[in-house]
Amino acid sequence: MTFRDIAPIVVLIALLAFVPAFITANTVLNFLVFTLIIALAAQGWNILGGFGGQFSFGHAAFFGTGAYAAALLQVSLGINPWIAFAIGTVAGAAVGWVIGYLSFRSGLRGSYFALVTLAFAEVLRILANAATFTGGAAGVLIKLDVRPGNFQFESRGTFFWIALALVGSVLLLTRWIERSRFGAQLVAVRENEAAAKALGVDTLRVKLGAITVSGAVTAAAGGLYAQYFLYVDANIAYGTWISVEAILAPIVGGLGTVFGPLVGAVALHGLSEITKLAAGSVPGIDLMVFGGLLVAAVAFAPAGILGLLRRSARSRGAARHA
Amino acid sequence: MMYSPAIIAEAVVNGLMTGAVYALIALGLTLVYGVLHIINFAHGALLTAAMFAVWIAYDAFGLDPYLAILPLTPLFFGLGYAVQRLVIGPASHGNDSNILLVTLGLSITIENALLAGFRSDTRTLNTDYGFQVVEFGPLLLSKPRLIGFGAALLVTVLLWLLLARTDTGKAIRAVAKEKFGASLVGIDVAHVYAVTFGLGCACLAVAACLLMPTFYVNPRIGQAFVLVAFTIVVLGGMGSIPGALLGGLFIGVIESLCGLFLGDSLGQIGIFLIFILVLLVRPTGMFGAKA
Repeated sequence: MTFRDIAPIVVLIALLAFVPAFITANTVLNFLVFTLIIALAAQGWNILGGFGGQFSFGHAAFFGTGAYAAALLQVSLGINPWIAFAIGTVAGAAVGWVIGYLSFRSGLRGSYFALVTLAFAEVLRILANAATFTGGAAGVLIKLDVRPGNFQFESRGTFFWIALALVGSVLLLTRWIERSRFGAQLVAVRENEAAAKALGVDTLRVKLGAITVSGAVTAAAGGLYAQYFLYVDANIAYGTWISVEAILAPIVGGLGTVFGPLVGAVALHGLSEITKLAAGSVPGIDLMVFGGLLVAAVAFAPAGILGLLRRSARSRGAARHA
Repeated sequence: MMYSPAIIAEAVVNGLMTGAVYALIALGLTLVYGVLHIINFAHGALLTAAMFAVWIAYDAFGLDPYLAILPLTPLFFGLGYAVQRLVIGPASHGNDSNILLVTLGLSITIENALLAGFRSDTRTLNTDYGFQVVEFGPLLLSKPRLIGFGAALLVTVLLWLLLARTDTGKAIRAVAKEKFGASLVGIDVAHVYAVTFGLGCACLAVAACLLMPTFYVNPRIGQAFVLVAFTIVVLGGMGSIPGALLGGLFIGVIESLCGLFLGDSLGQIGIFLIFILVLLVRPTGMFGAKA
């Protein structure tokens, strides 16, 4: 990676880090932290789906594993929340590897891969909802104990910085993947798996690597969610909502790009707040708009918002030269 | 704990009756898959829409759910035709993963439009035959579910006849086999795609009419059915009509037995485990051609 690869990321994160200095309203900070958590989950999806072309419809499996691990390890076993968060992230990677190993080894791709990931997430949701050690349908409540050593903070601004730091690290990680040999192989698998294989790419290993990293990142988002809201249940952690969020943000923002998931998450949730203001508290209205946007993005902007921006910048440049 | 043979027999028969309606739902899905080679993620949301249509017909117009089959089937055929022709077809630019995303977007939109319109309340129909039973040897069977069983089998046969004996059916099968060749001999592929999608939605309308006398509807109900329908389609072999029927009956029985032995909260897990196993071990299903 060169300086030019890293500079835009560092500048963006540094600028965003000033946000809590200007915005102190809790509702706005809540919105920002939630959006960053979604962006992080979507960044995980983007590594597998955007760069690798493997569309998972069940990233809730990773998000939920991260969330439950973070919550249960501290509540049931008394493990420090920071360590619980780290273990949750590793657990997400492990779940990613297992699901990946089972489905990629069986040669599942396209719609079949989407279906099998969806089914894995549903199995985990049903199990978490029925098992006793997960607190069943009542969920897990993390006790309020505000200490930095306990991953709980007085100010929401601190939490914003932590979420931002994680999103920033994954931006760098994604940039590294994009520039690395592994990333090139991953894109080759997306574009034409048979051709990649014929050229000697170990496609199974590449896809497994992608789903493992993807699982870890999305699990980190789950752990962060648990730590911020201090509550987890099966429908939050393993619910289809997060799988859908993780798919939507990269597609709306820009599939297979470094900034796509972050741009998409901010755009979607910004829009959702605006619709809520405009339409009042009609349930489902914001998601209705999300669904419409997904169709519109696929139809008119296959490269997402970033693609549209790049296109308009290029045509403006062309106009200047003409 | 011991289970008497009568209880198990009743669970099996109940499972068969539910399974027939499952099969009808899966039939629409497998037909669309077989011809368009896409997985229609909006199938569950469209079923929810159909169930709300039955509820509205009953609640606002006093129309019996079985009579509602007559107006709703053509209505949903038209709706499906329009959705494929005007939304899915143009929006997906002929790319499979795009179709997957477009139908996912449609399903989110439909489901949440229903949520916005009807809120999350659960609604039922109060027909006077909803709880009637028929004595069948030692078994007591719910009358509306028995009707549902018979009607679902009848629709399956009709659909099979349509595909096997009519010109439209021939065109559909031609497009399913080789769409380029079909277009060369003068078949309008976009039209056949839309007809197929319309037929899939028409199956959902019939299924909704058969379900509503004994079931309830809320905006999220489709999700419960759609994964079951996917399982049936994968189990029976994507695109296979007899596969969908047998798969539906089998899954109905499995669900009923799992519910009996494992309890309601774990009842569905049997279905998903079968689903994952089939996908991993034999994704072409019992009746499917080699992928």
